[in-house]
Amino acid sequence: MESFIWIVPLMPLFGALFLGIFGHLLKEKSGIIASLTVLVSFIYSVRAFLLVREGVTFDGNLFNWIVAGNFSAGFGVLVDPLSVVMMLVVTGVGFLIHVYSIGYMHGDRGVGRYFSFLNLFIFSMLMLVMGNNLLLLYLGWEGVGLCSYLLIGFWYEKPSAAKAGLKAFLVNRVGDFGFAIGIFIIFTTIGTITYAEIFSRTEQLVAAGVVTTATLLLFMGACGKSAQFPLYIWLPDAMEGPTPVSALIHAATMVTAGVYMVARFNPLFSLSEVSMAVVVIIGLFTALFAATMALVNTDIKRVLAYSTISQLGYMFIGVGVGAYAAGIFHLMTHAFFKALLFLAAGSVMHALANETNIMKMGGLAKKIKYTAWTFILAWLAISGIPPFSGFFSKDEILAKAFAYHPAVWVFGALGALLTAFYMSRLVFLTFFGKSRVEPEVAHHIHESPYVMTVPLMILGILSVIGGFVGIPAILGGGNHFEHFLEPVFRPGLENLPGAHLSHALEYALVAASVLVALAGIGLAYLMYIKKSISAEALAAKYKGLYTLLYNKYYVDEGIEKALINPILSFSRWLWNFFDEKIIDGLVNLSARIMLLISLIFRRVQSGYVQSYAGVFVIGVLVILAYYLLA
Amino acid sequence: MDMATLLNVVTFLPLAGAVILLMIPRTETSLIRSWAFLVTVVTFLVSIPLFYYFDGSVAGMQFESVKRWIPALGATYHVGVDGISILLYMLTTFLMPLTILSSWNAISERLKEFMMAMLVLESAMLGVFISLDLVLFYLFWEAMLIPMYLLIGVWGGPRRIYAALKFVIYTMVGSVLMLVAILYLYFMYNNYTGAYTFDLIKIMSLNIPFGAQIWLFLAFALAFAIKVPMFPFHTWLPDAHVEAPTAGSVILAGVLLKMGTYGFLRFNLPLFPNAAEYFTPLIFVLAVIGILYGAWVSLVQKDVKKLVAYSSVSHLGFIMLGMFVLTVPALQGGLIQMINHGISSGALFLAVGMIYERRHSREISDFGGVTKVMPVFATFFLIICLSSLGLPGTNGFVGEFLILVGSFEVAPVFTVLATVGIIFAAAYLLWMFLRVMFGPITNEKNKALTDLTGREIAIMLPIMVMIFWIGFYPSTFLSKTETSITALIKRVNEARIAYRIENPTSPATIFTWQAGKEELKSEK
Repeated sequence: MESFIWIVPLMPLFGALFLGIFGHLLKEKSGIIASLTVLVSFIYSVRAFLLVREGVTFDGNLFNWIVAGNFSAGFGVLVDPLSVVMMLVVTGVGFLIHVYSIGYMHGDRGVGRYFSFLNLFIFSMLMLVMGNNLLLLYLGWEGVGLCSYLLIGFWYEKPSAAKAGLKAFLVNRVGDFGFAIGIFIIFTTIGTITYAEIFSRTEQLVAAGVVTTATLLLFMGACGKSAQFPLYIWLPDAMEGPTPVSALIHAATMVTAGVYMVARFNPLFSLSEVSMAVVVIIGLFTALFAATMALVNTDIKRVLAYSTISQLGYMFIGVGVGAYAAGIFHLMTHAFFKALLFLAAGSVMHALANETNIMKMGGLAKKIKYTAWTFILAWLAISGIPPFSGFFSKDEILAKAFAYHPAVWVFGALGALLTAFYMSRLVFLTFFGKSRVEPEVAHHIHESPYVMTVPLMILGILSVIGGFVGIPAILGGGNHFEHFLEPVFRPGLENLPGAHLSHALEYALVAASVLVALAGIGLAYLMYIKKSISAEALAAKYKGLYTLLYNKYYVDEGIEKALINPILSFSRWLWNFFDEKIIDGLVNLSARIMLLISLIFRRVQSGYVQSYAGVFVIGVLVILAYYLLA
Repeated sequence: MDMATLLNVVTFLPLAGAVILLMIPRTETSLIRSWAFLVTVVTFLVSIPLFYYFDGSVAGMQFESVKRWIPALGATYHVGVDGISILLYMLTTFLMPLTILSSWNAISERLKEFMMAMLVLESAMLGVFISLDLVLFYLFWEAMLIPMYLLIGVWGGPRRIYAALKFVIYTMVGSVLMLVAILYLYFMYNNYTGAYTFDLIKIMSLNIPFGAQIWLFLAFALAFAIKVPMFPFHTWLPDAHVEAPTAGSVILAGVLLKMGTYGFLRFNLPLFPNAAEYFTPLIFVLAVIGILYGAWVSLVQKDVKKLVAYSSVSHLGFIMLGMFVLTVPALQGGLIQMINHGISSGALFLAVGMIYERRHSREISDFGGVTKVMPVFATFFLIICLSSLGLPGTNGFVGEFLILVGSFEVAPVFTVLATVGIIFAAAYLLWMFLRVMFGPITNEKNKALTDLTGREIAIMLPIMVMIFWIGFYPSTFLSKTETSITALIKRVNEARIAYRIENPTSPATIFTWQAGKEELKSEK
């Protein structure tokens, strides 16, 4: 594997550099080059996967990155079942989105720059999932953050886009602050940052009593990157970026980095019940909290953004309750159906001159058939309808959550109800019912070109069959996915109490979650198709709640008032008053005092010989007097 | 030519160039420019063998030469480099050609004098880093002030006289006390041995009593703290930077500030190890205040250049923290961060200069949307900002991370506070970048801005190379310094342990926070 594994991350890096320099000359051709580099990475990832399936893993350094005293960080990769799954998702879904982008970004002035950034993202994401130590994870982590910043603000002339990019970067930096300190603690305690060495010396961390602190700090980083409460605030705004970017970075890959991190550090997280509980609680709360905001939002991309936050919450519930494989399984199926949802939404926007308000859509199913049908497949998948992919992964998380604590299942199921409802609302308002499209837009609604619809179809197929790799035993499957990942998660699972549900209970849970999903869809059907329940009347009846949800709980406003403005006022005070008046004032004051003293002593040097002579005589007299009298 | 000779040649080459410049008529402006550029480029090129042949596995001085100078005083011409000075020496020769290029069109008045000042300055700066005799050091230290004073005072902005005077007087106040301390050491050496010498290596063999160390430390520290500048001695810096021409700012930020941190490493730590230990908590407090204070004040600046100036206060705080923590990673990080700050902040000033030359404004509110008309500039500028805020893969990350990871075991609370600073570093830089480079072009004057010229790209490219070289393969540089750093730490620690054994009861540090914590634990 050593002979080819470095091709996987380096191909997109070369693509990024090449297009960064020549992209503006190549224009539209950039997309082809960028896609090809990712395709090569994908092919080699498949090759790596085939080797890993035979039990071959690889852990080796290319060179020593940073060495100073006892600190050492290699530039090396670890290819094991977990990283190879991530590599496949990143390069596979990444490739499809690259291809889709060729159509979507056609005619954009900055297309060369776009593909350069997109390639750079794939490189950074691959370093994130392939790195064999904490510092490379951090490198990839900040690298994807940079690409996110650049791509959210891709249309930099739009102030809202530029601002959203900055917000994403800064909120992530807050999370990374925790991440960095987590690294410091781990290094200080056991003197290494390499995964293999950390996981073989976990008992030292236990002995030092820092496992909970360290894992919670790492999780703080995960909350930033994976948009968990309270650091989720950047993700909805990130929708300012081009839609394929939302699909790739803000749905399928980058935002799942936090889940990957917790799964990767399962030997550590599983040692702290507190940390695991915090992961579950934050995940559960975020899953519900974000879902409520999706209920009333009218922007197709923002609904999907809240949905992403919510689904990430489910993944954290998974890895938090110790269902690591289920969490990663959901990460993968979510990558398929959520990437599809975003790309299809992009196709809708493409048809409607960039309209994103679902109140100005409706009845599109007949006009843009491929888009509508693929969107519907993804909708069924995310709603948890069997046998679509999301059903298996979500169901497995919920089953394990029940074993952890039934209350988690109850709230999780409630979230699933909300999910099914808001997704159905989105589908019904967009594709069904009467058209509410503005007349000047309506007459040139058109289906997107094949370069965009073919990736949709491939993702559609994956959204349907993607779950079959992990069908649990009680539903007659072998759960190959879990078995494949088992070596990575064994240390974590060994630290946790094994909980088993009876078959009867498991069947009951499966049935319940299917019913919940159907209930959500049914309710939306009544409200938005049959109109037997009026959405407007409901909104009017619970006006307070509706306003609260519609305004996203005023969290952004609160942060601005309570945090950002005070910091800025304080900084202004520091500068204008403390620095310029006090500190510099003292400096200038001391200079003035010297000046004043000089002015006084200047009089001594008057230039009059008689006064010098006078002082001289007095001096002589004083000295004489001293000697005579003493 | 042996390397010791080469070291002398490189150091005085710019000065010789300045002398020859005297003979070029002042009307031959392009010849003057080309000559100055040629001299600095050649200086850089011939300094490369010094770096290449520098043996990283040796702790002591290399390429040493000792010549008679003022035997009556005991002052010798003693020069040499070790791991602590070699990188700073190289940084100086690296930055100079870039600053000359940046002054190509910016300076038109008194061009000849300007270039002479630059060349003299280079020799003086190089001299500071290689001097191993206290008189020689002091001579170069003061000699450097004169051309810098002229650079700010003659070619500066509207408040240049105020800024130049403030800079010179402030620095002098510090260095006068240092001179007193140097004389004290001189007489003390005589007391012990009967000989008179200013030779640093010889003086380092003295075992200075604790009481004297305290005062000597303070005298040296004041000179260096002003230069760094450490909070609260920093207010000369924004004034000097805002008024100085681009080249002056680059040298000021890139090299002159490092002389402060270099001084701490070269003198304060090895000569006064016990006093250094005693004041460590105070240094930590001031360093962390500097980090946060500099970052917060940068956040609300309206002038880009002033923003970069205040950001230096923040960045240098990291270096001070790393140096006094005295672990190998932190000190290695501090040393490499000196180089990084020289490159990144120097580059930020160069970038600001490029945009100032076009618009004659540095007010953030005068800009917006510049990316659209200057995409090449935007790319360079963004990379420089990212390196300054310490993005992994750039040079800034390597230094900052090593400092923090190395500091954590010694001073966890200070490290956590310092880490808060990296959040704000991203905030002030990228917020500034947003307002200058992104958004629609709101000011008509910005629509006609032209992108970088070939000359300007030539300035940026070497900087890009260094940003990513250090970012991805810092071993080239770290391997040259590690042995010297380890030896320094060993020396300081041995002195501390010896002192501890002799005086078990006296307080180790100025604040007893750490000792206090242990007492609390034992009480429980």
